[in-house]
Amino acid sequence: MRCDSFVLGGLLGSLSLLVLGGLGALLIGRMSSRSAVRLGMGTAVAGCLVGLIVTLTALVARADVVWTMPWRMPYGSLHIGVDSLSAFFLIPMFLLGGLGAIYSVGYFGSWDDRNPGRFWPGYHALVAGMTLVMLARNGFLFLVAWEIMSVASFFLVIYEDEAEETRWAGWVYLIAAHVGVALLMALFALLGRGHGSLDFSLMSAPAGAAGGLFLLALAGFGTKAGVFPLHVWLPEAHPAAPSPVSALMSGIMIKTGIYGFLRAVLLLGATPIWCAWVLLGLGAVTTLVGILFALAQQDIKRLLAYSSMENIGIIVLGLGLGMLGLHHQSPLVAALGFTGALLHVWNHAVFKSLLFMGAGAVVRATGTRVLNELGGLLKRMPRTGAAFLVGAAAICALPPLNGFVGEFLIYVGAFKMLFGQPASAVWGVVIWVTLALAGGLAAACFAQLFGIAFLGEPRTQTASEACEAGAWLRWPLYILAALCLLLGVGAGAVVVLARPVVVQMMGVAGVEGVGVLEWPVRTLLPLTLLALLVALLVVIAIWAVVRRRLMARAPAVRTSPTWDCGYAAPAATMQYTSTSFAQPLTKGAALFLRPETRAQLPQDVFPISATFSSTTPDWAQKKLYRPIFEKAARQLGRLHWIQQGRVQWYVFYVVAALTALLIWMVWS
Amino acid sequence: MRLAGWLHPILALLLSPLLPGVINRVKAFFAGRQGPPLLQPYYDLIKLLQKGAVYSGTTTWVFRAGPVVNLAVLSLVLLILPLGRVPSAVAFPGDLILLAYLLVLGRFFTVLAALDTGSSFEGMGASRELQFAVFAEPALLVGLGALARWTNASSLSGMFADLSPAFWGDSLPLLVLLACAFLVLYLTENCRIPVDDPTTHLELTMIHEVMVLDHGAVDFGFIQWAAAMKLWVLGILLVGLVLPGASGWWGLDALAGVVGLLGVAVLTGVIESIMARLRLLRVPQLLVGASVASALALLLTFR
Repeated sequence: MRCDSFVLGGLLGSLSLLVLGGLGALLIGRMSSRSAVRLGMGTAVAGCLVGLIVTLTALVARADVVWTMPWRMPYGSLHIGVDSLSAFFLIPMFLLGGLGAIYSVGYFGSWDDRNPGRFWPGYHALVAGMTLVMLARNGFLFLVAWEIMSVASFFLVIYEDEAEETRWAGWVYLIAAHVGVALLMALFALLGRGHGSLDFSLMSAPAGAAGGLFLLALAGFGTKAGVFPLHVWLPEAHPAAPSPVSALMSGIMIKTGIYGFLRAVLLLGATPIWCAWVLLGLGAVTTLVGILFALAQQDIKRLLAYSSMENIGIIVLGLGLGMLGLHHQSPLVAALGFTGALLHVWNHAVFKSLLFMGAGAVVRATGTRVLNELGGLLKRMPRTGAAFLVGAAAICALPPLNGFVGEFLIYVGAFKMLFGQPASAVWGVVIWVTLALAGGLAAACFAQLFGIAFLGEPRTQTASEACEAGAWLRWPLYILAALCLLLGVGAGAVVVLARPVVVQMMGVAGVEGVGVLEWPVRTLLPLTLLALLVALLVVIAIWAVVRRRLMARAPAVRTSPTWDCGYAAPAATMQYTSTSFAQPLTKGAALFLRPETRAQLPQDVFPISATFSSTTPDWAQKKLYRPIFEKAARQLGRLHWIQQGRVQWYVFYVVAALTALLIWMVWS
Repeated sequence: MRLAGWLHPILALLLSPLLPGVINRVKAFFAGRQGPPLLQPYYDLIKLLQKGAVYSGTTTWVFRAGPVVNLAVLSLVLLILPLGRVPSAVAFPGDLILLAYLLVLGRFFTVLAALDTGSSFEGMGASRELQFAVFAEPALLVGLGALARWTNASSLSGMFADLSPAFWGDSLPLLVLLACAFLVLYLTENCRIPVDDPTTHLELTMIHEVMVLDHGAVDFGFIQWAAAMKLWVLGILLVGLVLPGASGWWGLDALAGVVGLLGVAVLTGVIESIMARLRLLRVPQLLVGASVASALALLLTFR
């Protein structure tokens, strides 16, 4: 019980620190931007640190705390709680919230003449909103928190609003967020109808409607998570936002979609088996679409945004596998699927925020996000580059880093399905093939990202003049890079931490999940594997030492220019670009990617000039949504006469609305 | 028995340079040349490991890390690979996934080392290598998945332990399909004709060799050694399919495995002598063919 009050008190303390810090930064931002930054950063780090300690305790102690306070709001109540599921998602949220705050100080630094009173309140509101989303146990409160989160992140996305495309990105994001929230309102209203209450503890699915509500939840929360084809806001908003915000949004905010979806699945109870099929199908499509589009991008942050989509796809695949395992009465497959998905939530939070923050450091140093204008940065930013390489290797699921372990669990789950009946084995094959293809494409994508940006010779003047990032920017990168390794070789501990959440999820279909708690770690994750991951590091070290010994005995070591096959004057522009590097793969997928190319081919015997440019816009946005929204805009234009732009009319509207309300109140 | 598995990496490190030697001898025989001595790869290796190096001024530590990581990966991977019918040192359910991703790790660092030079030729090779890997990965994983389902074993050692002639009659089409897929994989991953030509003199057409143009001395020695080890590693998948049953005495089994690997090397030499290199654009088709063969094998297990 003492643990309970510790957890609640700590979280409320953390929330109030965030709220007060945000308000304080807003107030003093105009007077002294220095102290506003200090206050903003200090309270964010303190609040997140308190929250991190508390939620870790809650997860280890398997706390299940609930706290209720009446709220004079129809259907609303201040009903908050922490269970394993909340705590599991809160931990990376607080981690990234704190590191992002430290990073922001370096990112905006002294060059930013904007009012920090605009940034920090938004940042605090975003972190506090996400905390409240994961604490809320009442539909109304949940939607309020969801809205705080969406609006706060909208203001952060348009922070650098002088650029046209930033405002456009903010617009797309705001619309997507609200389409999603409309679906969620419908979901909660339908779930709460039975008992006439929006309290999660009283919600239940009406008989026979579980499947439909499942789809509603998938669409509503999938919009936030970035599931195909609801992903269109991701590649717009992530590049436009300042890098610490992209890191936070991609690292954990899109995971609130996954969290909300899991919560909804818990509320729904048993769902038909086709729900698992839908999840698997959508997961596979999202994974492959995401990584293919990522490969074709030339904007670093847009590339990372699409890769987030891929990773959300992998998480959804894991969840689908888990639900399928429940239907097939196979606790092992279910546990593998859920554990893999949950591990990937943590892992993706760590390496994706590392990559976004690294990309931010590059943008700071060079002023460009375009891959083809970079190059040779590892020499100029050796520490940032090394941390970035760890992130790039982790996201390709390369052992011994963390990305590998989560995918390994999903792979093994699919592998176990292979041995079953043909009907279930087919899904095992789908997952198997999707992950294999995505693995190869991700390796190509991130070898390209790191290779073109950090290796070789700088392609432009600005890239050649880049300097190492400051300590504020670098330390969060170091911490995240270290976590990539620790969560890889120490994945056993994460599996243990994720276990109560898995048990919670397995309770959905009434499969006896309690046994899972007693399973040793090796049932899911062979300890031999973890030992081999450590051994890999040892073997690399051994060969490195051997190489050093041999080199020490070698006669002479010289330096010369790169051998360019006899060409006398190699130039940086002759290097492979990201476009040419990815060309064999993107050309193969051109039918799907639909790139727009403009080429002026060389002509005559002595060609004088030739140009080539290619971009890959998201056709889902252009072909799918634009026609719908344009039609809607035309139809809604008929209501234009309501908006007269005169104060008198609006006063009239207010009075009319209030009168109507009064009449309605008196009437009923 | 398990002790033999622990010796596998050492055995492979010592014997793997024989494989390129055998291939070269076979090619020389077909061409009617005298050819280099069988042990030439050893002489090359010893010489390279003693030489002084020339580094491009563009390169960073990534360039030096590439060969080290690659060689480390290939010496570690032998701990989970059985040598013919001799079980591996360690085995666990899903170790084939670790095998696939360790190979990706090696490739990732080879590619980065190539890009580190800033040479357009090496960029070209790196791009092609990754393109082919995208097609090769599903072929490998689906093929191994089919084998796992058919033998009802979840680790590499288990899968290859049960394949015996008694099994052949039962599942000949499956084994043939898998052998075709694995042969294509073997040739692709080792950059052999018809996918890549290790002896070509034109950088524009190279894939693997062009990625290591700038490496020299110890680094190049590591690369050559790792290339020989890769012949060993991927050869094992092929040998494991066709080797007749286990004798029960691990010394004999290991000998059978090594002889099998030498046999694969002879086969490679023959293929290289009687075939031309495919056009670059045709290679993905070949690899998709291998994936289809793997997928068909998997379908056959559903019978």
